[in-house]
Amino acid sequence: MKGDEVTREETTPRRNPFSAIGHGFDLTRDWWEHAKVWQRYLVYIAAIVFALILPAPAIGSFMSPGADWTTVLVYPVGTYILLAIGLNVVVGQAGLLDLGFVAFFAIGGYNVAFFGTHYGWNYWVTVVLGIAMAAVSGVILGAPTLRLRGDYLAIVTLGFGEIVRITANNSDVIGGARGITNVPHPPPIFGEKFLLDPAPYYYLMIAAIAVVIIFSVRLQKSRVGRAWAAIREDEDAAELMGVPTFKFKLLAFAIGAMIGGLAGGTYAGKAVFIEPNTFPFILSATILAAVVLGGSGNLPGVIIGAFLIGWLPERFRDFAEYRILVFGGVLVLMMALRPEGLLPSRRRKAELREGTGGMGAMGAEVAGPGTEASTEVAK
Amino acid sequence: MLQDFLNQILPSTVGGLVIGSIYALVALGYTMVYGVLRLINFAHSEIFMIGTFASLVLLTAIAPAAPATFGIAMVGTLLLCMVVSAVVSGGAAIVLETVAYRPLRKRGATKLAALISAIGASIFLQELFALEIIPWLTDKPGRNQASAPRFVPRDELFHIGNAAVRLDHVIVVVAAVVVMVALDQTVNKTRIGRGIRATAQDPEAAVLMGVSIDNIVRITFLLGGAMAGVAGALYLMEIENTVFNVGFVLGIKAFTAAVLGGIGNLRGALMGGIVLGLIENWGAIFLGSQWKDVIAFVVLVVVLMFRPTGILGESLQRARA
Repeated sequence: MKGDEVTREETTPRRNPFSAIGHGFDLTRDWWEHAKVWQRYLVYIAAIVFALILPAPAIGSFMSPGADWTTVLVYPVGTYILLAIGLNVVVGQAGLLDLGFVAFFAIGGYNVAFFGTHYGWNYWVTVVLGIAMAAVSGVILGAPTLRLRGDYLAIVTLGFGEIVRITANNSDVIGGARGITNVPHPPPIFGEKFLLDPAPYYYLMIAAIAVVIIFSVRLQKSRVGRAWAAIREDEDAAELMGVPTFKFKLLAFAIGAMIGGLAGGTYAGKAVFIEPNTFPFILSATILAAVVLGGSGNLPGVIIGAFLIGWLPERFRDFAEYRILVFGGVLVLMMALRPEGLLPSRRRKAELREGTGGMGAMGAEVAGPGTEASTEVAK
Repeated sequence: MLQDFLNQILPSTVGGLVIGSIYALVALGYTMVYGVLRLINFAHSEIFMIGTFASLVLLTAIAPAAPATFGIAMVGTLLLCMVVSAVVSGGAAIVLETVAYRPLRKRGATKLAALISAIGASIFLQELFALEIIPWLTDKPGRNQASAPRFVPRDELFHIGNAAVRLDHVIVVVAAVVVMVALDQTVNKTRIGRGIRATAQDPEAAVLMGVSIDNIVRITFLLGGAMAGVAGALYLMEIENTVFNVGFVLGIKAFTAAVLGGIGNLRGALMGGIVLGLIENWGAIFLGSQWKDVIAFVVLVVVLMFRPTGILGESLQRARA
C-alpha cells in the first residue's frame, strides 16, 4: 500500500526461521504495489476462481481426509476467516485489543436463531438485524470503555464476552443453557436450496467474505483507515493533529462488531442448533491467535492465519485435542520471535519492532544488546 | 423481597468476606506485576490454579482418610499446604516470567505484544494441565473436577445474627490478612521492597541507583506467585475441589478487585477483594447466584468508567502518573 512506503527503510529484519517467508512476501508486495490495473484484476479473478474450485473433492481428499472438506471450509475455516477480518479491523487497524469478540458472533447468531424460530422472520432480515444489533452493542460496549487505557480495554472486553455468554445461559427466553434448536435455513437463492448439502453455504460464505474484504480494504485506504493508523501509532499525536480519536475508535468497534454479527448470522443459518457454549472465550482467543499469527493489520496475512488455524486441527485430527495447547504456545513464541506475524503489514512491523507504537512499551525495561533504551518508559 | 434480603444479608456477608479474601490474595499478584512492569499478567490466574493443584496433591498424599478434627495435625497440614503451594506457584511464576515476558522485555516490545504473550501463556498452561499434568497427578481425565479430602472441620464457632461463622471461614480470612500484612511489611520495610518500589516509580533511575531490574522483576513475580499459591491452598481448603480452568473467572474477578482498590496499591487489593466479594454476594441475593459473575464484570466496567484509578488510588506508581 502506498502509505506504507515511509517506514520501509527503517527495519532491518532479524535472522530467525521466519525471515525467509517475510522476504519472499516483501518481493511479492513490491510487485503488487507497482502492478498494473489489469494485472491486479487478473489476481482478483484468480483468487475468486481458486475460492470456487477449492471445495473440489480432489483437493479435499488431501486437505481433509477425515471429514467432509466442504463442511470444514464453511466451519471452521470460512467462519474463522470472516471473524478474523472483523477482529482485524479492531486489533490490526485501530490497535485496540478486543478479547471478547465472540460476543458479537453470538449476538449475530442468536438474532437469526431467535427471530427465525419464534417469529418466523425471513433469514435475510434476521441477518441484517443481527448485524445491526451487533453494531449497537459494539457502540454500547465501546462508548464507556474506549476512553480506557489499552490493557484495561482488553480486560473489559473479555468481561463483556463472558457477560453475553452467561446472560444467554441464564435467559430462558432464548433457551437458556439448552440453546435454540431448529434454526431455519436460508431461503433458496437462484433455485439453490439450503439444506444439508454444505456447498450452497460455502458459496454464501465466499460471497460474505468477498464483500467484507472489499469493504475492509476500501476502509483501510480511506480517511478512516488513515485515522485508525494514526491512532494506533500514537493516540495523543493523532488527537493533537485533529483526529477525533474517540469517534474513530468507536467506529472501529462498531464495524468490527458488524462483521462479527454477519459471521454469526451465516454460521447460524448452517448450524441448525445454537447454545451459549458455542461462544466460549477460547473462540475469541483463537480468532485473536489467527489475526496475530497471520500478521495483524495485513488482510492477506490475516486470512491465511485464519485459514491455518481453522484448517490445521481438522487436517491433523489425531492431534486435534492438542490444538489449543499449540495455539497458546504459538502465541508466546510468535511474540518472542516474530511479533508482527507471518505476513505483516510493513507499517505494523515497524511499530512492533521499535517498541514505541500501539499502546507504548512495557515499563521497567533496560536496553538490551542491540536495542536502544526506550525513551517513553513512563507512558 | 426485603424479608429475603434481611434473612440472607448476614450469611452473604460472611461468604463475601471469605471469597473476597481469596480474591484479594490473587489480586496482589496482578497489582504488584502491574505496578512494576505496567503489564496485566494474564497468566496469573494459572499460577493460582497451579497452587490449588499443589495443595490437592499434597492433601491426597498425606491426609487420605484422616478425620477432619481440630488439632495440631490440622494446623500443621494447613501450614504445609500453604507453604508448598506458595513455593510451587512462586516457582511457576518465575518460570513464566523467564519464558513469556523476559524476551519481550529485553527487546522493548509493545504492551500489546506482552499482553498477547500473556494470553498465550495462560491458554498453554491451562491446556498443559488439562491434557498432561492433571491426568498424571490424579489418574483421572484432566477436564474433570478433582476433589480434595476434607481436613478442616466445618464446626460452627459462633453466630452473628442468623449467620453461622465456621472454623474454615475464620481460617481463610485470618490467613489471608496475616499473609498480606507480611507482604505489605516486606514491600515497605525491607531492602528488596525498596527496590520494588523504586523500580515501580522510575525504572531508569532505579538502575542508575544500582537496583538490578532483572532481580526485582523476578522477585515481584515470586512474591505475587506465592500469594496466589497461598490463595490456592485456602481456596482448596474452603471449596474442596478444583479444575484446570478454575483460575479463569476467578482471575478476572481478582483483577477486578485489583482495579477496584487501585491497581499497584497493595492495601487497595485487600480492600478491593473484600468489596467485590461483598457486592457479588449481596447482588446474588436479589438476582440469584447464577448472575454472580455478571455482577462482578459489571462492577469492573462501572469502576473503570467512573474511577479508573480505583478507590484508594494507584500508589505504587503515583510518582509516575
